[in-house]
Amino acid sequence: MAKNEIKYLTAIKQEKPKKKFCRFKKYGIKYVDYKDIEFLKKFINEQGKLLPRRLSGNSLKYQRKVQDAVKKARQMGMLPYVTDLLK
Amino acid sequence: MNNYELMVIFTPVLSEEDFKAAQKKYADLIAELGGATVHSNPWGLKSLAYPIQKKTTGIYWVLEFQGPSEINEKLKIQMLRDEQIMRHMITRLDKYAVEYNYVKRNGGFAMQDKTEA
Repeated sequence: MAKNEIKYLTAIKQEKPKKKFCRFKKYGIKYVDYKDIEFLKKFINEQGKLLPRRLSGNSLKYQRKVQDAVKKARQMGMLPYVTDLLK
Repeated sequence: MNNYELMVIFTPVLSEEDFKAAQKKYADLIAELGGATVHSNPWGLKSLAYPIQKKTTGIYWVLEFQGPSEINEKLKIQMLRDEQIMRHMITRLDKYAVEYNYVKRNGGFAMQDKTEA
């Protein structure tokens, strides 16, 4: 047994991550509007970059819809391509 | 007859009646080319997230219209020629988008179903 391994009486309960769900499936949102900036801001980080699926929890189909909505918003000057402290 | 959505950014130096005249011009152009405008929604002066053509603000205008598919090419030529327009984008609306725009226009979207957890 490794010398420095500490034995605990009860196993350490490591915090189970909150089950991520795809908000589009759950709330039945079918279309991601590129004009709705507040909604899109949930899917980009402080630098204005797109959040990956493992963080945003979206399914592939809706992540792609979010992706091209964000790109359209960036093209039309509503979302910055790169910034800091966006939120 | 597909559904399209046109978003245009005019130069901020545009006066109010020029802005209206430009809106009318393009609405008539669409009607003349066999399309039909569903809903025009001028946002007015808004600040841009990054400077476009050295300007930090622009006058936004969103127009939802229906039309045959070859209308967009003609529109694009006109808009590229027009120097009042800084940037334009025509997007095709699928049936969910049309339904979304319709519901949003009639105030159907209560805020809570969108800003969920």
